[in-house]
Amino acid sequence: MSVVPISYYLVLSAILFGLGVVAFVFKRNIITIFMAIELMLNAVNLAFVAFARAHNQLDGLVFVFFVIVVAAAEAAVGLAIVITLAQNRESLNVERVNLLKF
Amino acid sequence: MSLEFILFFVFAIVAVMGALLLIVAREPIHSALSLILVMVSLAALYLLLGAEFIAAVQIIVYAGAIMVLFVFVIMLLNAGVEERTNWSQIAKYAGLPLGIFLLFELAHFLAHSRIGTTIANGAGAPTTAASTRALSEMLFQKYLLPFEATSILILIAILGALVLAKRGE
Repeated sequence: MSVVPISYYLVLSAILFGLGVVAFVFKRNIITIFMAIELMLNAVNLAFVAFARAHNQLDGLVFVFFVIVVAAAEAAVGLAIVITLAQNRESLNVERVNLLKF
Repeated sequence: MSLEFILFFVFAIVAVMGALLLIVAREPIHSALSLILVMVSLAALYLLLGAEFIAAVQIIVYAGAIMVLFVFVIMLLNAGVEERTNWSQIAKYAGLPLGIFLLFELAHFLAHSRIGTTIANGAGAPTTAASTRALSEMLFQKYLLPFEATSILILIAILGALVLAKRGE
């Protein structure tokens, strides 16, 4: 049975991470920027699973589990911040949030 | 061209298309739906890699819980079409080529590294049912302390979200 080399998964992970960085930099909506962070976390998870498969060790899968838990906690706190921000600024555009900008 | 190759390419293309759609979509709700597409296709790729438990968690926690939270907040805040602003000139002329260069460098390195040529046949890999069992044993023995620490992390995240969401006096 011919199967997919690990490098294919790693290249896909790199592409998804790159697209996540692009979305993070280019998008102006704070919720979409959060989604770009989730996309990058997903890309890293794919690399973790691929490496776990390549080494036949399950430690990588445990790390993916922890990454998902941290992403859930981050989304809960981050979206609470987004709601507070939207109520104060009446906009979701990050360029309106420039109080700490030099 | 085996079935596994075909499945890999189908789901990989769907994932990349979803990520591209996330970037070009004007409305946040479209971005959220395309991100769900990426997550579901990544779950299918985890199944191909023999990580059933992670695939299930990906669907339940990521595509289920986290993205529902995102969609809920988008609808709560009534987020419409995002405003377009002028890109900074440095970002346009230096950032984009540098980003593409970084992406290709990363992809080239990964494809030609020693680990990259390993075939994911998983000769000694645990079988389907044993994989989840071995994972749970590892999670509750070797990684018990980090596992318990994440429960405190979740608790603090819940408290933080409550404090932030509370209206000021």
